[in-house]
Amino acid sequence: MSANLSAIFYLISGILFILALRGLSSPETSRQGNYFGIAGMIIAITVTFLTVGNFGLGFIYVIIFLLIGGSIGAFIAFRIPMTAMPELVAGFHSLVGLAAVFVAISAFLRPEAFNLGSIGNIKLASLIEMSIGAAVGAITFSGSVIAFLKLQGIMTGAPITFKGQHLLNLIIGISIIILIYLLCTTQVSNYFWFLILISFVVGFLLIIPIGGADMPVVISMLNSYSGWAAAGIGFTLENSALIITGALVGSSGAILSYIMCKGMNRSFFNVILGGWGATDQTVTKSTKEQKPVKSGNADDAAFLMKNASSVIIVPGYGMAVAQAQHALREMVDALKKNGVKVTYAIHPVAGRMPGHMNVLLAEANVPYDEVFELEEINNDFANCDVAYVIGANDVTNPVAKSDPQSPIYGMPVLDVEKSKSVLFVKRSLSPGYAGIDNDLFYRENTLMLFADAKKMTEEILKNLD
Amino acid sequence: MEIDPFIFRLSIFILSIFVGYYVVWSVTPSLHTPLMSVTNAISSVIVVGAIIAALAGSAEKIFETANIFGFLAIILAAINIFGGFLVTQRMLQMYKKKKK
Repeated sequence: MSANLSAIFYLISGILFILALRGLSSPETSRQGNYFGIAGMIIAITVTFLTVGNFGLGFIYVIIFLLIGGSIGAFIAFRIPMTAMPELVAGFHSLVGLAAVFVAISAFLRPEAFNLGSIGNIKLASLIEMSIGAAVGAITFSGSVIAFLKLQGIMTGAPITFKGQHLLNLIIGISIIILIYLLCTTQVSNYFWFLILISFVVGFLLIIPIGGADMPVVISMLNSYSGWAAAGIGFTLENSALIITGALVGSSGAILSYIMCKGMNRSFFNVILGGWGATDQTVTKSTKEQKPVKSGNADDAAFLMKNASSVIIVPGYGMAVAQAQHALREMVDALKKNGVKVTYAIHPVAGRMPGHMNVLLAEANVPYDEVFELEEINNDFANCDVAYVIGANDVTNPVAKSDPQSPIYGMPVLDVEKSKSVLFVKRSLSPGYAGIDNDLFYRENTLMLFADAKKMTEEILKNLD
Repeated sequence: MEIDPFIFRLSIFILSIFVGYYVVWSVTPSLHTPLMSVTNAISSVIVVGAIIAALAGSAEKIFETANIFGFLAIILAAINIFGGFLVTQRMLQMYKKKKK
């Protein structure tokens, strides 16, 4: 296939990818969007085969390897529980990063296959592009691996910080630029290997100081990086499908990071440079006195909700951990049978990744038009009888509105305390991930339900009948 | 004077960032998780480079170092392509409207 014709097909597949994202503007069009994406991918792969035009033994191997990877991917896709989505996405990001590194290495070892010149005499622009692609890819890989380990709980979710961390990162960052410069002027391959090596280290160092609650930002950021890595490789390969996709994914991840940061009222750099510091935690410990707390049982909760005319459910990460979404939906069904109006309120940073709660609720067959975002529903709390907080904590803390000293001051929160009564399901009075005591626990209208989220919800369901 | 093809690619790149910006802002927040998984899948179009890398060189020596990296990249990208699209599909199937 001629280069011009294949370029046009790559453009078409790029456009199909744009349509795939466009489809996600509403659940109705989203499935069609996904098919556009698949079509774009099939076109891109087919065109590549036709352009290379090598249908010998190598082609058969390529098909075999595609099928091996494909079956692994399909197996994972069908098996993965929805609660593990953040881990899965982090894992997938790491693969994109590593694939970018491998393609860059291959292009470096055999530049003539990609029309980039010859070994030791690679075109300057291509060398810069592949260095950037490889470096960003390597950072994406090791960063995502750390994110994955933190999400899986294999590695502690607490921020890991040490003295001189920022200085070290700065030095490594500068040395990456110097290495790229040296590589471009001398074409010595060792600079390339060293560049990749320290990029792996950067990714590692970049993610370890970030705490578990900041994972939504980290995942979005790595999503963005994987896009930029792909775009870098796209420039090297002079492939418009890859350039378009890289730009789309890069900006998508950047926007999600922005939305997540805004959801926590923190600047991007504040998140990147490390989690909520240890100083904040000591402050909360000293102010923690014995304050009266009202606690209740499933019977009380069932009574309150049965007699309510409207209930708002506020789910959070704890619901995912307890796998309580199905029990929750059954409880809501029972309430609806009693004529109670039930809606769900979702904070932008609830869970461990953007949209995490929505997927879990959808999995439990909650219709998506009963689920509302913070801005849409926040005024309704004032008119609602019961707010049922299940697994959320920091995102309901009224302190964010009242106490300028609090580290979460200014963060948009759900106005849960405005509802007539608040049912707060929680295992103990321990503070949330931010390490901040929740003022809501001690309010007049709050009834604490100390139990596992799933067990409590099931108990309430029994008491509703 | 002739324009360097790089400038054309840069134009595509920058315009695509703008397209991405507006398209992604129109994505409803409840679909942000599928957005991430589908962007995962499409960024694996990097498989194109992996295929070229794997097939380059002479027909007798299929597994030279440069090819091996290509083949490895194919496996990684394929996991992502199939995994990404299928898990997105699985999620999107779950989003249902209220039965009236």
